[in-house]
Amino acid sequence: MTKKKMVFASRQIFIPIAALLLLALFNLAVDPSFFKITLGRNSAGDPVLTGYLMTILDYGSEVAILAIGMTLVTAACGGQDISVGAAVAIAGSVILRVLVGIGGDGTLQAPIIVGFLAACVVAMLFGAFNGVLVAIFNIQPMVATLILYTAGRSIAAWINNNELPIVTDKTFTYFGGFIPGIPIPTPFFLAVICIAITLLALRFTTLGLYTQAVGINASSSRLNGLNPVFIKWLSFVILGLCVAVVGLIKTSRLSTINYSVIAKDIEMDAILAVALGGNVLSGGKFNIMASIVGAYVIQFLTTTLYKFNVSSDALPAYKAVVVILLVVLSAPAIKDKLMGMVKKQKGVG
Amino acid sequence: MSMTKKKDGAALEGSKALTKKARLTDTNLLLLITVVVFVVMYAGAMIFLKKGFLKPQTFFNILNANAALIIASCGMSIVMITGGIDISVGGVVALVSMSCAVYLDYQGGNVFVSLLIALGIGLLFGVVQGYLVAYLDIQPFIVSLAGMFFARGMTTIVHTAPFNVANEAFVALKDTRINVPGMGTVNKMGNYVNAYVEIGVVVAVLTVIVLFCVLRWTKLGRSFYAVGGNRQSALMLGINVKQTRFLAHLLCGLLAGIGGYVYFLHVGSGSASHATGMEMNAIASSIIGGTLLTGGVGNIFGTFVGVLSLSTIQNIVSSIGLDQAWWTGITVAGMLCVFLVVQSVILARKK
Repeated sequence: MTKKKMVFASRQIFIPIAALLLLALFNLAVDPSFFKITLGRNSAGDPVLTGYLMTILDYGSEVAILAIGMTLVTAACGGQDISVGAAVAIAGSVILRVLVGIGGDGTLQAPIIVGFLAACVVAMLFGAFNGVLVAIFNIQPMVATLILYTAGRSIAAWINNNELPIVTDKTFTYFGGFIPGIPIPTPFFLAVICIAITLLALRFTTLGLYTQAVGINASSSRLNGLNPVFIKWLSFVILGLCVAVVGLIKTSRLSTINYSVIAKDIEMDAILAVALGGNVLSGGKFNIMASIVGAYVIQFLTTTLYKFNVSSDALPAYKAVVVILLVVLSAPAIKDKLMGMVKKQKGVG
Repeated sequence: MSMTKKKDGAALEGSKALTKKARLTDTNLLLLITVVVFVVMYAGAMIFLKKGFLKPQTFFNILNANAALIIASCGMSIVMITGGIDISVGGVVALVSMSCAVYLDYQGGNVFVSLLIALGIGLLFGVVQGYLVAYLDIQPFIVSLAGMFFARGMTTIVHTAPFNVANEAFVALKDTRINVPGMGTVNKMGNYVNAYVEIGVVVAVLTVIVLFCVLRWTKLGRSFYAVGGNRQSALMLGINVKQTRFLAHLLCGLLAGIGGYVYFLHVGSGSASHATGMEMNAIASSIIGGTLLTGGVGNIFGTFVGVLSLSTIQNIVSSIGLDQAWWTGITVAGMLCVFLVVQSVILARKK
């Protein structure tokens, strides 16, 4: 029994799940109504589930989708992409440009799927640009993506000539809200689809193995016949795809876009999700499921803080404290000390 | 006697050869590129755009507006030379200006104490982040990310709404202008207008000079380069790697505090949205100034020129008439992209 416990505790996914349980226990102790879910009706008269847990499922899914790509980038390149927020703005802008166009009256000019595919292509192109900088020019990922971080929101505004197109079509709101008749928020389903595809890809292709190999040692993986440049580049393109999905969700929520605010600081949440998932931030071994759980943990934390009337501006301060605590606890130096203490206790017992 | 002389001579020659060979190190080559780009850009603006660029005051205004960025970028460069990164500087600047503003306005406090507050906040961030990075070996990016979150959040907790400081002593200090002799121009009314800089610029220039000397001629400065170049060999040379990294982050925090106060002196208000994106500008300036991200290469003077280049190109873009907000972002990004690629090509050539 204890042996089994120890094995579980040493597994990567243990950290985010423990954090999730801790947060849940805290909420249960302070105010059990946190877990209440009610079936209500939204403005369109469709049945929807509301409650804090639903909010977590809803908004956590955005971060979860990005965490998939971010984990791969982290694992392959040993760095993080800080431009995802700006890239989401670009993807959203492309969707609106294709669907409504400049000076449009809000009716759909093209099927939604066309807009989404266009966003996918553009987001993947920008991902490929980042990938070229990182993989071919060997620039640190965080700094290579600094370029798009600086320019992204400007490019997004430029795509629509700084106008804010509004989509009046009802079906467009389904992606970030609810599909009539289904009381669970659609972003959750989108996240599930993305996760399923990723897990299948990891199960049936060599993507996961190769990514890990490149992340651990790029030059030795090259000597073993892999192509580290391509693998690194590919991870950024996959992240681009994730970005396009989030762009769709984000624009669908508002039916319009605000270039400077849309998906603001989401890159930080995505990186935190990867870190919380216990992935090594300098590349190598990774666990996508742990990152995804990490994403929901972060949303859990955010929602909990909102519930205690923490303003959205002050939120980062509390988040930072939690993050530092988690990172310090998982730091090798501290871990060794704690392990030593545990062993000593056992020796005494 | 003659033997020793000969020996001395040989040693001298040897060192001469060494300096000759070392004349175009990576640091100097990158610095040269930066300076040339800046001079060409500014000269081009003077020739083709004329307008304000012919007035010396335009240049001094660039300095006035960017004094805080120069100081913060110096700290960033030092951390980057040791192979780390600190993205909390913008947050620290905002926190410093908000805290000082609240102290000066609500407590009627004096200016000197507010300066101490600024330094204290900067030092605190430097010490905590430095400890986490150097002694607990946590990734600098994650640590300073949390630092940035914390600073931004604390800023709104200290005070939410932006406001101007009315403290008389402070306003007097804020409005102090130091005339630059011989640089004035005659305005349309026919009056001679003196060119001026603010106090912050003096602080910034002093910081640049002091740090340049520290990095070039002190043991600490050289160990920053050694640690950034190769941590393992620095350790074998007997350099205290942990302490050096700690000190780099400490210095960066302190400089962010000073930069915060200079920023506060320039704008004279506290706001949670102050210095948004300053960390990114500081990183961009350091890179343009020739600091390599991989560590071990960099120059404070280059960083200074980097800040100037960055703000000059923004000025040029807006005076060409491309003053829609997006052009600034796109040009800065383009410039950053070019410099990054140049750096990577230089590194590849070396290999």
